[in-house]
Amino acid sequence: MSTETLIPKPSRPWLATPKERFVTLQNFLLSVVSSYLIVLVTPMKGKLPLFFMFFFSLIILSFITQYRAKGKAAAQDSILTVVSVLAMSIAVVPIISIVGTIIARGYQGLHWSMFTQDMSQATVNDPIGTGGILHAILGTTIMVSIALIISLPIALLTALYLTEIKGRLSAPIRFLVQAMSGVPSIVAGLFILSSIVYPITQSYSGLMGSLALAILMIPTVARTAEEVLLLIPNDLREAGLALGATQWRTVAMVVVPAVKSGLITAVILGVARIIGETAPVLLVSGGGDATNLNPLEGPMGSIPYYVWKSFLLGGTEESSHRTWAGLLILLIWVLLLFGVARLISARAGKR
Amino acid sequence: MSNQDSTSNEKENTEMKTAVTPSSLAGIAQSHTRNVENSQLLGMGLEARGIHAWFGSKHVLSDITLDFAAGTVTSLIGPSGCGKSTFLRTLNRMHEFIPTAAMAGSVLLDGKDIYESGTDVTKIRLKVGMVFQKPNPFPSMTIGENVLSGIKLAQLKVKNHEEILEECLERAGLWSEVKDRLNDHAGALSGGQQQRLCIARSLAVRPEVLLMDEPCSALDPGSTYRIEETISQLSKTMSIIIVTHNMQQAARVSDYAAFFLSDGGPGQMIETAPTSELFSRPRDKRTEDYVTGRFG
Repeated sequence: MSTETLIPKPSRPWLATPKERFVTLQNFLLSVVSSYLIVLVTPMKGKLPLFFMFFFSLIILSFITQYRAKGKAAAQDSILTVVSVLAMSIAVVPIISIVGTIIARGYQGLHWSMFTQDMSQATVNDPIGTGGILHAILGTTIMVSIALIISLPIALLTALYLTEIKGRLSAPIRFLVQAMSGVPSIVAGLFILSSIVYPITQSYSGLMGSLALAILMIPTVARTAEEVLLLIPNDLREAGLALGATQWRTVAMVVVPAVKSGLITAVILGVARIIGETAPVLLVSGGGDATNLNPLEGPMGSIPYYVWKSFLLGGTEESSHRTWAGLLILLIWVLLLFGVARLISARAGKR
Repeated sequence: MSNQDSTSNEKENTEMKTAVTPSSLAGIAQSHTRNVENSQLLGMGLEARGIHAWFGSKHVLSDITLDFAAGTVTSLIGPSGCGKSTFLRTLNRMHEFIPTAAMAGSVLLDGKDIYESGTDVTKIRLKVGMVFQKPNPFPSMTIGENVLSGIKLAQLKVKNHEEILEECLERAGLWSEVKDRLNDHAGALSGGQQQRLCIARSLAVRPEVLLMDEPCSALDPGSTYRIEETISQLSKTMSIIIVTHNMQQAARVSDYAAFFLSDGGPGQMIETAPTSELFSRPRDKRTEDYVTGRFG
């Protein structure tokens, strides 16, 4: 007898067979046809009935085919599958539509001079080649950075208070943080306006905008950081403490490094929350049109403000282009940020 | 009490008990018995005096008085929920991390009460190390960093990191397996290796006592064997207190054994004796029932 054992060909018997895949395709095509026919025959018109009739047909067809092939349980299962796909489509279609529209329209408003000029010498109705968005990009970057610097330590320490120290005030503070994350952004702007700008500084500045944004950012970051810290098994904390470490050393050397990537995500979510905020920035940063690098003095522009102004004061094709281009740049900014964050957290997670 | 029986009776009794006790356990424990007299040099050891413990209003542990001589291995045995782990955690003040926990009694380390006010808890935990049930290496650190983490966490002023690293891994029986990949992630190790890494980690701060809370319950027999070997090695230089559900393990590794039981109320210590005695001639009926596997 040969000592060599016969190795069978690797296979994946759990995957759909060609026949099953054909049935799926058949159901799909039949649903397309039947939904088209239903819309043609009945008085319902437009894309929306088509969309729902398609899923309606798909549910019935997959139920019947699954029932005949595998029985009742599989048929019920197939209904849930189709309903999930329907829900997913309803969620995704508007997002794709928004992004698509912004790219398609914003593209026309893009011009190289946008990144080198500001709006101090131009109005929103001037040709695209005149004026730009430089002041807004810089303003948003400066304000978001300062807001980040202010809110990050506060938010992280709050999260650590809630998960590590677990003091008497944990429950009320957790409630407050959760309530705060639902505060309308204009309230944050009005708060800074009435508590600092009017009584104290009596002038608009980028710093005031940062403060208003920080108010919005703190609860988002604190909540996410808390969720992430709660995922750390208690074993790990106890291991640190059992080695003779103080609580502070344990948190700094064991707990926080273990959730590094999660904390980065928390920060990014916070930045994403505030980067597109218009109302608070509008109220307290003055909304300048000129490039201003000093956050302590003078009005400072921002991308959302640029969009808002182009839309409100315009009326011409140029201003419309400007509005969409501003949105596109904001979108690109956010996507870049998310990409960088994913990269960092993937690298942190790998270690 | 059975030990007050007449001599002839006792002999008969013993024979009978030896007959009902799985001979393996008593045999294992007897063959393990070793000379522990000169180990007194290590210090005075750990003494628990009248320990009670509560979680909220629930009294979970009642009046445990138990001495752990320096340089010995003591196993705590008993069914789940009898307070063994809770007792273990009172010995290095980890009990207090459970929010509703309370306790009474005192624990003397080298003659000094660790619960005395003004005691630096972190110093106590440096002297009384702990190995947990589930291997819990620090995920953000490499193998080498894990071993030395105690030194950094407790901010000890130690220079010869390289030597300590090798020594601790050697003593934990892991050196030969990881010496070429000290910079690898600790998560890449198997469960048994991770547990030995955790033992190495607790050794690096040079504890006098090592508490082990079912250190092998999540491990395969091979890894368990390695860790038991490690325990025998370590017991030459420190005292070890081990909670275990494995009678064989208690018989194999420990010099003394204590049997805990809860009859619905708080957990109590039913009896304590040299391990070979506890397994071959248990004084209490309940101990006998437990070690022979009649309940629990």
